[in-house]
Amino acid sequence: MKRRTFVLSLAALAVGCGDSRSHSQGVYMLVDTSGTYAEEIGKAQLIVNYLLGTLQPGDSLAVARVKSRSFSEKDIIAKATFDNRPSQANAQKRVFRERIDAFTQTARGSVYTDITGGLIQGAMFLNETGAGKKTILIFSDMQEELDKSTLRDFPIDLKDIRVVAVNVVKLKTDNVDPRRYMGRLEAWQKRVVSAGAREWRVINDIEHLDAVLKS
Amino acid sequence: MVDSPFWVIWPGNAALSALLWFMIAMPFLYAARKPVHELLRAVGLLAGGPLRMGSRWLLAAAREMRERNKQVLLAHGRDEAEQQIAREFERVALLVKRDLEGYPALQRRLLDEITRVEEDYKKCGEVPPPPPEWVEAVAAVAKVKSNGNELVVKILEEINRSIKVIHDKTLGEYRRAYEERHKILDGFMPFWRSLDKTLAQADRKMTSLAERAASIDGQMERYEQIVKKTERAEHALTVSALTQFFIATLVLAIAAGGALINFKLIALPMSEMVGAGDYLTASLRTSEVAALVIIFVEATMGLFLMETLRITHLFPKIHALPDRMRMRMLWIAFILLVTLAGIEAALALMRDMLIADKQALLQSLAASQAAAASDSWLARIPTIGQMLLGFILPFALAFIAIPLESFIASARTVGGAALVTLTRALAVLLRLAGSFIRQLARVLVTLYDILIVLPLLVERLVRNGRAPKPRVTGFEAGERR
Repeated sequence: MKRRTFVLSLAALAVGCGDSRSHSQGVYMLVDTSGTYAEEIGKAQLIVNYLLGTLQPGDSLAVARVKSRSFSEKDIIAKATFDNRPSQANAQKRVFRERIDAFTQTARGSVYTDITGGLIQGAMFLNETGAGKKTILIFSDMQEELDKSTLRDFPIDLKDIRVVAVNVVKLKTDNVDPRRYMGRLEAWQKRVVSAGAREWRVINDIEHLDAVLKS
Repeated sequence: MVDSPFWVIWPGNAALSALLWFMIAMPFLYAARKPVHELLRAVGLLAGGPLRMGSRWLLAAAREMRERNKQVLLAHGRDEAEQQIAREFERVALLVKRDLEGYPALQRRLLDEITRVEEDYKKCGEVPPPPPEWVEAVAAVAKVKSNGNELVVKILEEINRSIKVIHDKTLGEYRRAYEERHKILDGFMPFWRSLDKTLAQADRKMTSLAERAASIDGQMERYEQIVKKTERAEHALTVSALTQFFIATLVLAIAAGGALINFKLIALPMSEMVGAGDYLTASLRTSEVAALVIIFVEATMGLFLMETLRITHLFPKIHALPDRMRMRMLWIAFILLVTLAGIEAALALMRDMLIADKQALLQSLAASQAAAASDSWLARIPTIGQMLLGFILPFALAFIAIPLESFIASARTVGGAALVTLTRALAVLLRLAGSFIRQLARVLVTLYDILIVLPLLVERLVRNGRAPKPRVTGFEAGERR
């Protein structure tokens, strides 16, 4: 790889070209804290730690919780655009990790689950960062529950964003009728794709997340 | 029902239909025989002619290129031989100046030593004085017969005693004289040794001079061969260039490996200086380009250093500079190289620190117990090794100029020879293609005749029927009978 880079470097120097495209990556992670899913918070912490270890200087990461109404900056637990210098980026990652640790210890469950609001908030954050690759990770059972006054049944914009549902656990009702689970995922896929998302993926095994983020 | 193609006369039997068509076409083919033959031959000539011409042109171009290559090769060889001969003469001049300059002193020392040896030798030749003349008188007295006369006996005894005393005294003097001569001879030894050493030294110097002279003879012979433009000289120079080319390529490949290691050492820490998020292309970071630029600048400084030291001759302008200016340039290049080497050593240290920091972060993220950092000198060996490597590699890269010069010089010869071979191969291919097309035209003419063999047979029969019968001569008739 380094050898190829070396040769490419020579070629680039020869032609003197420049690339103005953004090569950074932006990841927005939604963590569901509603109901029994709040028990899964430990896994969410593992994923955040994995992201901190994988993301490079210049990349952006934000972790937000999914509550009864999630379309708010206040729900962002920690966010950072890592410095271009590796040493500074490492320091930022340490601070980020401390915030997430503090959150996992104090997280409380919410009554409702507003995934759509979180998605809209995430898309806004990612578009602001100007990252080349934008990913929203939804750490949830994908069961959206909204109160009567919350309106989310309108088209959303997720253009050029990859949406990955992680650790979509099966509910008790899903075990009774698996078609509910399949139907739920299918509905989300339809909604996300119709919103212009680049890709929709479901990953239940965290080990597979590596391949998805590197692609 | 499947529709048959338009040309099928006999439905369901394509072969028979084709045969019928062929039979119908045969008279027309026969009628068109002559123009078709001419057409095929013309096409053969049309295609084969330019190919042959192209082949000839390529061969002529190859000859011209070879001649030009030869001129360049011989000129280069002549320059090289001239330089080598000049260098040999410089060495001889140095040898003569250093060794033979002291020859008069050496000769004087030799003469002095010989004179001393001669003087000592003369001293050795001085014998002790002969016994006094009264010895003859004593001998006469000794002949006197005593006949028992007491007086005579007493006198003789007295004489005997006196003679013994004198004898002992003379013998003592004689021994002393010989002892002195032995001492003189003993004193000869250092002079002989010095003489031997001086002569051996002179012999060695003469032998060295003779060897240099033999080397110059060899170089001169080679030079004469080159001036005469002999095949042998050309062959020797080509082989030499090929060898140089492969050796230089090998050394450059090794140097490229060194540059790659160097790049790996400084690419990561450069991201700390110029940032890790900027890209020049989809997979090429600015920090990596910056690292490459540093390596190239080091190689360039090395190039200038070698050039100002007159080890390489890639830039004639640098060689034409006054000595003072050249020396200034040498020092500037050297200082820059040392500075860059220092920067690289610092970057290597920073790389180690960054990797350690990243490792610590990953360990903390994995929530595992971080391994206690060892402060022992063993743990510092990789860091020190990296720093040393970072400092040494720029100087090692500086020597790239020497194989680079060889590579450039020999690449002209090797590339020229390869181009000539390629041109010749292309010429042969074109010639073969031309011949093949012409032969193909002939084959097609024959094939055409085979196709219309029936009308041709009829034609022959008709001709034979019309032709007058040959007259039979008397001789032939007689034979037949």
